[in-house]
Amino acid sequence: MSSQSFDLIVIGAGPGGYVCAFRAQQLGLKVALVDKRSTLGGTCLNVGCIPSKALLHSSEHVTFAKSHAAEHGLKLGSVEVDLGVMMKKKDAVVAKLVGGVGQLAKARKITIVTGAASFLSANTVAVKGEKETTELTAKNIVIATGSAPVELPFMKFDGTTVVSSDHAIAFDKVPAKLVVVGGGAIGLELGSVWARLGSDVTVVEFLPKIIATYDEDIVRNFTRLLTKQGLKIEVGAKVTGLKKAGKDTVLTAEREGKVLEFPADKVLVAVGRRPYTDGLGLEKAGVKLDEKKRVKVDAHLKTSTPGIWAIGDVVAGPMLAHKAEEDGAAVAEWIAGKAGHVNWDLVPAIVYTEPEVASVGLGEDAAKAKGLAINVGKFNFAANARAIAADAADGYVKIIADAKTDKILGAQILGHNAGELISEIVTHMEYGGSAEDLGRTIHAHPTMSEAIKEAGLAVSKSAIHAL
Amino acid sequence: MGESINSGVLAKWHVKDGDIVKKDQPLFELETDKITSEGTAEAAGKISLKVAAGAEVKIGQVVAGIDSDAAGAAAAPAAPSASATPASLSAPASGTAPQSPAVRRLASETGIDPASVSGSGKAGRVTKGDMIEAQSKPAAAAAPAVTSATPAAPAAPAKAAAPSGERQTRRKMSPLRQKIAQRLVAAQHEAAMLTTFNEVDMSAVMALRAKYQDDFVKKNGLKLGFMSFFTKAVVHALKEVPAINAQLDGDHIVENNYYDVGVAVSTEKGLMVPVIRNCDELGMAGIERAIGDAAKRARDGKITLADLEGGVFTITNGGIFGSMLSTPIINPPQSAILGLHAINERPVAVNGQVVIRPMMYLALSYDHRLVDGKEAVTFLVKVKQAIEDPARLVIGI
Repeated sequence: MSSQSFDLIVIGAGPGGYVCAFRAQQLGLKVALVDKRSTLGGTCLNVGCIPSKALLHSSEHVTFAKSHAAEHGLKLGSVEVDLGVMMKKKDAVVAKLVGGVGQLAKARKITIVTGAASFLSANTVAVKGEKETTELTAKNIVIATGSAPVELPFMKFDGTTVVSSDHAIAFDKVPAKLVVVGGGAIGLELGSVWARLGSDVTVVEFLPKIIATYDEDIVRNFTRLLTKQGLKIEVGAKVTGLKKAGKDTVLTAEREGKVLEFPADKVLVAVGRRPYTDGLGLEKAGVKLDEKKRVKVDAHLKTSTPGIWAIGDVVAGPMLAHKAEEDGAAVAEWIAGKAGHVNWDLVPAIVYTEPEVASVGLGEDAAKAKGLAINVGKFNFAANARAIAADAADGYVKIIADAKTDKILGAQILGHNAGELISEIVTHMEYGGSAEDLGRTIHAHPTMSEAIKEAGLAVSKSAIHAL
Repeated sequence: MGESINSGVLAKWHVKDGDIVKKDQPLFELETDKITSEGTAEAAGKISLKVAAGAEVKIGQVVAGIDSDAAGAAAAPAAPSASATPASLSAPASGTAPQSPAVRRLASETGIDPASVSGSGKAGRVTKGDMIEAQSKPAAAAAPAVTSATPAAPAAPAKAAAPSGERQTRRKMSPLRQKIAQRLVAAQHEAAMLTTFNEVDMSAVMALRAKYQDDFVKKNGLKLGFMSFFTKAVVHALKEVPAINAQLDGDHIVENNYYDVGVAVSTEKGLMVPVIRNCDELGMAGIERAIGDAAKRARDGKITLADLEGGVFTITNGGIFGSMLSTPIINPPQSAILGLHAINERPVAVNGQVVIRPMMYLALSYDHRLVDGKEAVTFLVKVKQAIEDPARLVIGI
């Protein structure tokens, strides 16, 4: 067994882990980056955010060709989808990105160790590769092992009928009937992809609404838009199991004592993700977990063992790549004795459907539940010139501001490219900005971002293009 | 605590429009919040003024153009020239904090200077909420001035209108006076300020001055005053009671291990506190010379921002105007200020006998958030003892 010593070992090369490794290298540390996959980028780049975005983009073109090209005067005739080509395009996107991260790591002279890591002690990790096991030691070790799809105990993943998101980005043919269990971002994005490609998609959600953390009004409007696109949405339904009816598979559920049945060719279970610490040997390093099996960390992401840190999906907080990246950079800075900074109150979240849903900070419902005195400004894309010209008039921007100080407390956007639009609000909030500040900042015309400015003005009932 | 300066008043032009100016010739006087400084010509040539005296100007704004082709040719008609070099104001202070548009609106509508508001935003930036908060504070509420520019009532009969020019005159506060006002009020609002008093027998210092004055003047070319004794006594006491030489920064206490003492100087334009650096290393003559230089520059309006920054403690002498007793206001972020007063002969009891002695009252105002009563009193007693028995300064007790 070969043995090597480093300043820092990062276990997991997802967006949290590789950013942590890169930042640490910039700050002069000798870094080893360990991952089970032979490519860097973790879930996000390999089987998560990126492939799903590639498929969302491709499938939007299908919708356009089938349903909207004619209104633009395009005569396309019959539209056929070659799923193999579409998947290859997706794979090329993934390959380009993981290759890019790999090249950066190489150029930064970061030691990449491929294999499954397991703690031997608080400062030693064994990495079991295909051919040999390597022993790595370092004063600081970062756990960035991410998360894995949650499995339903009565309906385990089989990779063919019951699948996770890992599989649903790589079906070899379009399923006639797809049932998605879970109305969160992952389920709705992949549900949208397959619905656009021709599947009959039903989303079954246990809670009384989909994307449950968003405001009531946003969810109501979003649900209506998805339904218009052909997705069937069943809320308040508890999945009970899978049964065979002849040669068909049927998902059973129950709502208010009534049994519901959903015939399915494939069932995508997207009920959440769990922190992934399998086989890590945390007990040998004395690293403790919390009640939800997440690695327990303090406000500086330190675990219960000095010198061991944890970031991203494996710790408490939203399981989002950009949050993990900030965690990773901050930990690298802390290890190097610098002032790291993460503002966990300002993590934007996005559902990449069409239209998109984006949020940051406190929602209107949450602010009211807290008893805060707020003013809310809304502006509809239906009154935005660019949105109308771009066939993107669905949805609106909503800004929640403190009634006294006008400080922006949060925002939710339902609309085309909402994920891009939310950024400027995050920036304003990061600097303690007020709704008026948004309203007094020049936004280019005609752009959809003008709706943000108008929503800022609407907080004080002074939107120009709305009454 | 950096001061931000981004504008000032172009108080006076030294040249007339069309004058031929030399490079580096003083052109105008610029009055900012803190200081009055001179602007000089960046090139030689014929000047054309773009701003009237008394106008508010931004740092970096072009106030005049110089046609360098016309240099030395006073009579030559000045043709517009491509090589005209703009004379511009250079900022006396480094960068200014950017403000959000809502903050800028509130600043202009309420007259509250964001620089005087403590910011809750990222890296101490002032937010709209901070400005709203500042408006509701009593000190700031007085800020929006009622202007007399637009009379509310229609033209009244001439006789009824009081000849206001005779009974009152109205002029705008200079930026310096405004800054002084703001800082004094801020100090009173922010600090838990109180004052402790003592009295000091000046006999010993006066005897020393009488004895060594001639030799001192012969050697150093300047007179031995009281301020050097008090400055030395203060340094001595600061070393004994380090809490006085500390300041609050948010929820941190910053202890200073240097002895830069501000000495208040009265000038035509207001009170200024030039800082005498490293008073612990200077001798008596060095302190007297530094104070003399600073006071002269302050009175001549030649003082720079750097001269005013970074003091750890201030000495102010109301005695030169005859004050018997007063309570000075702390110069933030410092934690204490020593007030000196007039020396008067008074009957005092010494060893059971009533004797006449030259006495001075001392006042030490301090920030009780940081300094306890015991420390303040001990400090003042140390100063008193050192003045009454200057040998203590030599021996270090």
